[in-house]
Amino acid sequence: MLARFRAPGFYRASVWMVLGVGFATALTWLVRMANGHATYQHYLNTDAILTVSLFSVSLAFLAGIGGFDYWAYWAAGKPTRPEDHSGHGAYTWKDYFRINTDHKVIGIQYTVTSFFFLLVGGLIGMLMRAQLAQPGSQFVSANTYNGLFSVHASLLIFLFVIPVFAGLGNFVIPLMIGAPDMAFPRLNALSYWLLPVAGIMMLASFLVPGGAFADGWTAYAPLSTNAPIGQTFFSVAVQFAGASSIMTALNFLVTIITMRAPGMSFFRLPLLVWANFATSLLVVIATPFIAASQFFVLLDRALHFNFFNAGNGGDVLMYQHVFWFYSHPAVYIMMLPGFGIVSEIIAVKSRKPIFGYRMMAFSLLAIVGLGFTVWAHHMFTSGMAAWIRIPMAITTAIIAVPTGIKVFSWLATLWRGVLHLDTPMLFALGFLTTFTLGGISGVMLAMIPFDIHVSSTYFIVAHIHYVLFGGSLMTIFAGVYYWFPKMTGRMFDERLGKWHFWTTFIFFNATFGPMHILGLQGMPRRVATYAAKFADLNLVISIMSFGLGLSTLIFVYNMINSWRGGPVSVANPWRGMTLEWQVSSPPPVFNFDRLPTVVGGPYEYGVPGAVHGIFSPAPATVGAGSSSVGAPSG
Amino acid sequence: MSRRGSITLAAVLAVIAVAIGIALSYVIHWFPVQASTQARNTDALYHVLVIATIPIFVLVVTVILYCVWQFRMKPGEELKDGPPIHGNTRLEVIWTALPAALLLGMVGYSFVILHKNEEKPRGVPEVQIDVYAQQFFWSYEYPKAITGGAPLKSTHLYVPENYTVYFDLHSRDVIHAFWVPAFRLQEDVVPGITTHWRVTPDRLGSYPVVCNLLCGVGHSLMRSAVHVVPPAQFQSWIKGQQATAASGAAGARASTGGGVASGGATG
Repeated sequence: MLARFRAPGFYRASVWMVLGVGFATALTWLVRMANGHATYQHYLNTDAILTVSLFSVSLAFLAGIGGFDYWAYWAAGKPTRPEDHSGHGAYTWKDYFRINTDHKVIGIQYTVTSFFFLLVGGLIGMLMRAQLAQPGSQFVSANTYNGLFSVHASLLIFLFVIPVFAGLGNFVIPLMIGAPDMAFPRLNALSYWLLPVAGIMMLASFLVPGGAFADGWTAYAPLSTNAPIGQTFFSVAVQFAGASSIMTALNFLVTIITMRAPGMSFFRLPLLVWANFATSLLVVIATPFIAASQFFVLLDRALHFNFFNAGNGGDVLMYQHVFWFYSHPAVYIMMLPGFGIVSEIIAVKSRKPIFGYRMMAFSLLAIVGLGFTVWAHHMFTSGMAAWIRIPMAITTAIIAVPTGIKVFSWLATLWRGVLHLDTPMLFALGFLTTFTLGGISGVMLAMIPFDIHVSSTYFIVAHIHYVLFGGSLMTIFAGVYYWFPKMTGRMFDERLGKWHFWTTFIFFNATFGPMHILGLQGMPRRVATYAAKFADLNLVISIMSFGLGLSTLIFVYNMINSWRGGPVSVANPWRGMTLEWQVSSPPPVFNFDRLPTVVGGPYEYGVPGAVHGIFSPAPATVGAGSSSVGAPSG
Repeated sequence: MSRRGSITLAAVLAVIAVAIGIALSYVIHWFPVQASTQARNTDALYHVLVIATIPIFVLVVTVILYCVWQFRMKPGEELKDGPPIHGNTRLEVIWTALPAALLLGMVGYSFVILHKNEEKPRGVPEVQIDVYAQQFFWSYEYPKAITGGAPLKSTHLYVPENYTVYFDLHSRDVIHAFWVPAFRLQEDVVPGITTHWRVTPDRLGSYPVVCNLLCGVGHSLMRSAVHVVPPAQFQSWIKGQQATAASGAAGARASTGGGVASGGATG
C-alpha cells in the first residue's frame, strides 16, 4: 500500500498536493509574520495562500505524477536507465492516465484533453448566447457574464487550439520524418501534464470569492491588477499553458532538425512538418512575452510593484505592447499548423502534387517574420503614439500576401485533380471559404479609419471566429478525421462525418456571419446586455449557435463509437505517400520496424513510379531492432 | 460540356455573383446614421473595401465549386491520379505581385482617408471639451474658452453643429473607450495619459456615447449621449447650465462636484 504512495501516479500526486497547500500556508504565514507590523495583523490571508498554492500545488502535482522523476534521480546521483522504455506505449486505457513517453500516446492525450476543453468552452459559449438571446439580464449577472466570456476565450485559445495542434503534431511529426520518437520524450510527457493543470486552474476560478477572472482573455491592466483573486488564476494558468507550449515547440524544433530519416532534406519535408517548424519558431520567440505580461500583473497584484499603476509611475500601455507582442504571433501559432494539415489533405485528396511546394514553405517563413511586425494593429485606438499606426497598417496589409499565396496554391492544387470529397476534404474546402472571409475582414481591419469605428465591436468577434473557428477549428476537424485511422486503427463513420461537416458549416456561418453587421451598426463586444435595436439579430445568432453546439455532438458520437467499434482500418486508407501511412495503423511502438530512407518529394502523386520513402528490406530481430533506433535520451 | 464551355459558364456565374454582391453591399443597412464628416469618409472607405474584396472572395469560391463540379472523382477513378503539375512560376509571381499591389493601394487609400479625418480643417471654428471616464459613467467639462468664466462641469454632452470638436479624454480609474458610433470615431481613455479625437458633427440630433473597452461589471451600462445642436443653442445651453450651477453652488457648497456624480448617464 505504501508503495503506491511512493510510485509516481495519482496517489502520490494527491499527497504531495496536500503538502503543497501546507507549504503555501506556511510560507505566507512566515513572510507576513516577518513583516509583522500593523498592516499584517492577520497572518493567514486567503488570497496570499491561494496565490502561492497555484504554483506550489501545481508543481507538487507534476512532481507527484512523475513529471520530474528521471531528472531528480539523475540530479541526486541515483541510478537511472537512459534506455528505459517502460513508459512507452499504451496497452490499456489506463496507460493514457500516467506519465507516458511515447509521442503517439502523448499526441492522443493532448488531442483528447484539448477536445474536452473545446466542449467545456463551447458550452460556456452557449451560456453566453443564452444570456444574449434578448436584451436585459436573462440568466447570469454581469460579473458572471464577464467571467464566462473571459474563460471561454482563454480555454479555447490556451487549452484547445494551441495544444490540439501540438497534439496532432506530436502524433504525426515523428512518423512523417521517419523518427522513432520525439527528441526529448520525457520533456514531451511533462509538457502534456502541464495542460490539465492550466485548464483546471482556469475553470476552478469560478469557485473562488469574486468569481472567475472577468477581464477578458486580454486581461488589460489596470483592470486586471485590481480585480478579485480569480484573476490570479488566469495569470498563473497562462504560465503553465505557456511553459507547455514552449517545451513542445523546442521538442519539435530539435526533432525536426536532428531526427529526420536519411534522405529527408528540408525540401522533402511534408508541409505539415514545415508548418510546425514555423509555428515552433513563433512559440519559442513569442511565448515568453505573454509569460512576462502575466508575471507583471501578478507582481502588481500580489506585491504592489506598480508596473501598471499610472498614479505611481506605471505605464498602462506597456501591458498592451508586451501582451500583443505574443498575442498577435499567437494568431499564427493557431493557424500555421492548420495550413500544414490542409496542405496534406488537399494534396492527397486531389491526387496531385502540392502546387508551388517551395513557395508554400517560404510563405510560412515569411509569415513568421512578418508576424512579429504587426502587433500594434490591435492598438490602433489604444492611445499609443499615432505614427506607429502607419508602419503597422502597412505590414498588416502585406502579411496577407503570403497567406494569399497559400490559398491560391491550394486552389491550383485542386485544379485538374481527382477530388475525393470525403469528410477530411470537405472540412479542408470549407476551411478555404470561411478562412478567406476571415482573411478579408482582417485586411479591412488593417485600414485604420475603418478599424477605429469597429475596434472592440462584434465585427471583431465575427472576424476572430472566422479565423479561429472557420480557420483553425475547421482544419482541426479535417486533421482529426484524416489521421483518425492512423491513431486508432479504426475507420470513422463517413456518413456521420458528412453530416457533421454540413451542420457545422451552415450553423457556423449563420452564427458568426450576422455578427459583422451587429458590429458595424455599433454593438460593442463584451457586454452582458445591449440596446433594443440589436435584439432581432442577436436572437437569430443565439438560435443558430445552439445548432452549432449540437452539431458537435455528431462528431463526439462518431469519434467515440468508431474508436470503440468502427471497422478496422488498413495501414494506408487514403493512399498517401508520406511516411506515416507506410506503417501499420496504429503504428508499432517505435514507429518503424524497418528503417525508412527518403528518396523523393512527399507529394509525387501522378508521377509514374514515384516513391517518397523506401524501407530497409528485412526487419532486424524485432526487440534489438527497435531499441537500436532509440531516441536520444533527454 | 467542353472544358472551355464550362469555364466560360463558371466565369459568367462568377461575374453575376460579384454584381449581386456589390448590389447587396449597397442595399444592406450596414451603419448607424452618419452624423459627422468623418463618418461619411469612413463609410466611403468601407464601400470601396467591400467592392474591392467581393471579387476576391467570389474568385476563391468559384474555383472551389468549379473543381468540385468538374474534377470530383467519378466511379471507376478510385485509383486514378491527377496530372503531376508541380507549379508555374509565372502564375506564382502574378498571385504574389497582384495582391501586394492591391493591398498597398487599399492601405494607401486608407491613409488618405485617415489624414482627411484627423487633420484640423481650415476655416472651421473649433471648441475643446474634456471628457472624464470613470467606472461606470461619463462626465464632461467645458473649459473657460467656451464658458468665458469658470469651467462648467456636466454629465451632458452638447456640441455645436459644423464646428470641429476636439475631445481631450481623461480616465479616473481603468481604461475605457470613448466611442460615438454615429461619428465612427473612438479612442481609449487611458489612466495616466490624455488621449484625443477630433470630429466635425454635421447632423443635428442625439447619438449614443458608448464605453467600448471592458471596464468592469458595469461596462455594458456605461452609456451617455451626445447632442448635436446649432451653435446658438449650444451657447444658450452653456449659459443656462452656468446659471443653474451658480444657484446650485450657492445652495449646497458643501458637496463639491456632487452635481457631476448625481447626473447619471443617459442615452
